[in-house]
Amino acid sequence: MQVGLIHYIVLSAILFSLGLFGIITRKNAIMVLMGLELVLNAANINFIAFAKYGGMKTEGHIAAIFVIILAACEAAIALAIILNIYQNFRHINVDEIDNLKG
Amino acid sequence: MAHELILQLCIIVLLVPLVSFIINIFIGNKLGRISGIIGTSILGIDLVLAGILTFSKLVTYPDLPIIQNRIDWFSLGTSKITVGFGIDNITAIMLVVVTMISFLVHLFSTIYMEGDRRYPQYYGYLGLFTFSMLGIVLANNFLLMYVFWELVGISSYILIGFWYEKKSASDAGKKAFITNRIGDLGFFIGILILYFTYNSFMFDDIFAGISGGLMPFNNPAMLTAAGICIFMGAIGKSAQFPLHVWLPDAMEGPTPVSALIHAATMVAAGVYLITKVFVMFTADALTFIAVTGTITAFISATIAITQVDFKKVLAYSTVSQLGFMVMSLGVGGYTNGFFHLVTHAWFKAALFLAAGSVIHSMHHALHNMHDHHTDPQNINNMGGLRKTMPLTYITFIFVTFALSGVPFTSGFLSKDGILANTLAYANLAGGWHWIIPVLAFSAAGMTAFYMFRLTILAFHGEHRTEAAGHTKENKLPVVLPLVILAFLSVWIFYSPDPFNSSGGWFQKMVVQPESAVPAEYQWNFLLSENSDALSTTEHKIPESNLNAKEQEGNADRTRAVIQPETHRLNMFQEQSHHFHYTAMFISLLIAGLGILLAFAIYQFRVISAEKLENRFRFLHRFSYNKWYFDELYKSTVIGGTLVFSKLLALFDNYVIDGLVNLSSYLTRGFSYLTGLFDNYVIDGAVNMIASFTGYCGSRLRKLQTGRIQSYVLFVLIGILIIVYFFI
Repeated sequence: MQVGLIHYIVLSAILFSLGLFGIITRKNAIMVLMGLELVLNAANINFIAFAKYGGMKTEGHIAAIFVIILAACEAAIALAIILNIYQNFRHINVDEIDNLKG
Repeated sequence: MAHELILQLCIIVLLVPLVSFIINIFIGNKLGRISGIIGTSILGIDLVLAGILTFSKLVTYPDLPIIQNRIDWFSLGTSKITVGFGIDNITAIMLVVVTMISFLVHLFSTIYMEGDRRYPQYYGYLGLFTFSMLGIVLANNFLLMYVFWELVGISSYILIGFWYEKKSASDAGKKAFITNRIGDLGFFIGILILYFTYNSFMFDDIFAGISGGLMPFNNPAMLTAAGICIFMGAIGKSAQFPLHVWLPDAMEGPTPVSALIHAATMVAAGVYLITKVFVMFTADALTFIAVTGTITAFISATIAITQVDFKKVLAYSTVSQLGFMVMSLGVGGYTNGFFHLVTHAWFKAALFLAAGSVIHSMHHALHNMHDHHTDPQNINNMGGLRKTMPLTYITFIFVTFALSGVPFTSGFLSKDGILANTLAYANLAGGWHWIIPVLAFSAAGMTAFYMFRLTILAFHGEHRTEAAGHTKENKLPVVLPLVILAFLSVWIFYSPDPFNSSGGWFQKMVVQPESAVPAEYQWNFLLSENSDALSTTEHKIPESNLNAKEQEGNADRTRAVIQPETHRLNMFQEQSHHFHYTAMFISLLIAGLGILLAFAIYQFRVISAEKLENRFRFLHRFSYNKWYFDELYKSTVIGGTLVFSKLLALFDNYVIDGLVNLSSYLTRGFSYLTGLFDNYVIDGAVNMIASFTGYCGSRLRKLQTGRIQSYVLFVLIGILIIVYFFI
């Protein structure tokens, strides 16, 4: 069987959903970040797949690099936020942080 | 003097005393003592003017029935109200009587009321009274007469209750006014009946209507009723039975007021009214009038016999003499009734002023002795005053002669004429009518008795108290009126013959007018031979070739009058002449007996007064207590009125107030129900909306979890929906 574009897109979709599932469901904030990384990587795979099989040629690669860089920055800031949350709430269970509930 | 000038002079004579009223009431307090002088001089001017007026009427126009004017006052819808003033012979004479007595009373009061706190107001009210009385005298229509009638009533009320700090005086004023008002009610009803029938208030229009045959409500009995109703005004004003009770109480007022109002003028207003409208009375009405007058004369004469207050004796004497006048008019003695009014005015005013002089002296004597308890008006405290007050005594005894009917006085002429008239009347009318002369002669006899009793007890004998001994004669303004009035009671002024007044000017000037009532309702003996309806009567008077109706000058008047020179006497007047000497003889006899009895009991003490009192204890008490009229009225009329007013008060308190309270109770209940509705229904709806909103909010609030993961989930769902619907 020939590996085509569709396989990569399906893979990316599956990864995306798993990542989304992780964001929505996981209690620990770090696990939410991991899910977020999964989402970003799924988007990356999508970009590269289109760069190879789609019509995007080099733009796909550039986009992937952008995403990786931004994911790294954003992970850094997210960890900083989680540190602050831990200092304030003494735990990082996101489903227990509901001060804006109302 | 032209007619217009005469009428203008009438208006001036009427209004001059009003000037005295205005000056004294408004600036009297600043004037002080001078207000009395001003009042007296204004009345003096009025007297002169009235004299000129009377002179011109009686001398220049003696035969004109009336000089009058008609003034359209106002209109009610389509009917015009006409009023006016007029002067005929009796008006002219009354003008002089009223102004002269008013002037003398003003003069007298300068001494009598000296030092009184409200001296200027007194003169003001005297002026008001004179103005009102002159209004009655000059009116030629019922409307103006009624207006002035009431004015006179109110002046009387004010003057009787002049010393209103004393409860008895203010009570007497109220009694006078209320009793008067009861009579005025009848008067008013009579006026209304006449206006409704004849559509005018003017005397001439009404008389013309009556002689034209129009009867009120087409019933001749209603004409009698109207006549009796009009007479009720005279019953009230002239103190006839049964409304005579106010006059003795009116003695609470100052004595000059009693002289002016309650002896000479106001009480004469009723008699004057009857003479003015004499022609409208039917035979039945005249009989009613005669009987009322006789009863009054008799009852009050019996009361006067036992009274011990100087003024009360004179008051009852006035009531009795008014009864005489009314009786005379009722039997048909028009001229003599009016003659007695005039002569009585002079000598009764003199008697009252003399009483004032005596009381004034006694008062001063008691005051100087620092005795404030003895009554200066009780004749038992007097005695022997003839020695200390000679001039008062002489005038008093002379006018007492006049009142008692002693010859050579004016009173003798008038009283004699009346008594002759009653005899003629009884003879012509027959049957039970004889009671009238019997009672009249008894009253005349009693008059002589009680007047001499009064004279002897007050003036003769010894001083019964020390105060009586300290009295002295009063000054000129007090004594002069007495002299003048006594002077006017001499027979000379009215007739040259001291025993018969027919030849005198008075009888010529004051001529009985032809009655306006159709002959079948009139006494046949009062008809003259010129009546058209003679054929319906039983007595035919022999045909005369004289025409007794003459119309002259003034086109306004419609009343016919029998000309003095050419008139033939009707049957009544012929019979009166026939009875003249009989009446004179009986009256002299009876007056002589009365005087003799008075002297026997009181002067010579031949018969003892105390023994008589004890023998006739019941009669004496009945007479002394005024026949218990006041007690009777108090228990019936006054008691009844009070009970009725209590019933009405109960009705007002329980029924009316009950209804008001009930409506307020209902309103409060209704408002309570509305409040409930407002609270539960309206507020409930509002609350329900609010709670619903809250409920929705509390449910929707659940969406705001505060957890980021939920928000991410919502965003995802939102994107899916958008992608589904738009792509």
